[in-house]
Amino acid sequence: MQRALISGVAIAILCSVIGLFLVLRRYALFGDAIAHSSFGGIALGLMAGVYPLWTAYGVSLVSALVITKVKEKYNISGDASVAVLLSSGIAIGLVIIGISGGFTIDIFSFLFGSILLVSVNDTILILSLTGVILIVVLLLYRQLLYSTFNEEQAKVSGIPVEKINYLIVFMAGVTVVTSIQLVGVLLISALFVIPNVTAIMYGKGFKQTAILSISFSIFSVVAGILVSYIFDITPAGTIVLLSISLLAGTMGIKSAGLLS
Amino acid sequence: MLNIVEIEHLTVQYPDVKALDDVSFTVNKGDFLGIIGPNGAGKSTLFASMLGLNTKYKGKIKFFGQDIRKSKDYLKEIGYVPQKPIFEKNFPATVNDVVQMGLRQESDANKIDEILQQLWIHELSKRRIGELSGGQQQRVFIAKALVNNPKLLILDEPITGIDQQSIELFYSILRELNSKQKITIIWSSHDLDAVNQHANHVACLNRKLFFHGESDEFFENDELVKQYSEASMQEHMHHH
Repeated sequence: MQRALISGVAIAILCSVIGLFLVLRRYALFGDAIAHSSFGGIALGLMAGVYPLWTAYGVSLVSALVITKVKEKYNISGDASVAVLLSSGIAIGLVIIGISGGFTIDIFSFLFGSILLVSVNDTILILSLTGVILIVVLLLYRQLLYSTFNEEQAKVSGIPVEKINYLIVFMAGVTVVTSIQLVGVLLISALFVIPNVTAIMYGKGFKQTAILSISFSIFSVVAGILVSYIFDITPAGTIVLLSISLLAGTMGIKSAGLLS
Repeated sequence: MLNIVEIEHLTVQYPDVKALDDVSFTVNKGDFLGIIGPNGAGKSTLFASMLGLNTKYKGKIKFFGQDIRKSKDYLKEIGYVPQKPIFEKNFPATVNDVVQMGLRQESDANKIDEILQQLWIHELSKRRIGELSGGQQQRVFIAKALVNNPKLLILDEPITGIDQQSIELFYSILRELNSKQKITIIWSSHDLDAVNQHANHVACLNRKLFFHGESDEFFENDELVKQYSEASMQEHMHHH
């Protein structure tokens, strides 16, 4: 339980921060696409008898980089490239699962998350990856923000925009696979998108918005884990529903005219 | 006299059209150059090439004596204000955030305050950028361009969709930057009167460079002004 809460909070922070950049780049479903492609990686790992998250990291990072390259080179729009990646991952996963003898309990835990079963090693891995990614974001804060705000101007200011784009995609890939244990492949984009969409309605500046998003996310994850533990329901669904209710509440406040 | 910019035989060929055809001119320290030309005259292509955004050109572009193909260091000395800065309307960035994006060195709050005050947007510093009027946004982007003390300011037709009062303020800010702070300015516009009033040099572009020199020389030559007006009128008709 303690491990679930610690890992959950780390993942909440990580997904909010990376998700904010993705949402503002109109790349909201990118997390979803990487998650689905990592499903192929998980199936591969299960079949080969390797720890599935390692193969998931490999497959999702490769597909994230490939899709960015393809998008650049063939000028395919963001949403179409996301759709291609998303379906390829699931298709590969399904074929591999078919070959290796059908669905198992392991597959379900990756599809829907299994945060209450997170191990000590997983917790250490989650905490270290969160730490590393947050340090990178803090060090490159201006470059990340500027190239998200306006690529062309960032280029003129001498920021290596292409490299920064790859970095964001890479960090998103790592974040997604790290978060699979919390909410599973199918609900990851909720963690990337919903707290950020909610926070953008309140925040004026970037830092303020990021802090709000992290707070909403931590609240949903912690409350979600506790509620699901007490009532013995699935944590992933509870977490996402809580974060959706924060968004719905914010929309209500906004339409009541209480928020400028 | 120090050459800030030297453009030598710049030609840009797009698949269906020659956007720039053998354009050569120099910009000296202290110049306030107005580049005029109708829509589609190649002004944006010229700027994109000068700023390193378009690298598919023939000819040579030098900043501060250095070929820009060899080093991008010149960008540090330039402030650029785009025509209409494109960003998400609800992007969560305050005026302060936007100006800070431009700042190369460790965050220097005093410098940002100073620039915001100079451009009369100090009281807006905590407002979200998307909430401001076109004129206010434009001043924020000038502030961002100025925050590193550039030697050269490049502005791409920056008065599109801005009210008259803001336009006047904008010109007075540019004149002050040029005369008091000795910042060289390159500014593209299709407002002939404004260029006549504010710039000290004129370049007249319509894919080819038809004229480059002191603005008095241009505006006292009725034939040139007439030619330019006709060309831009034709272009205007063509566009409608």
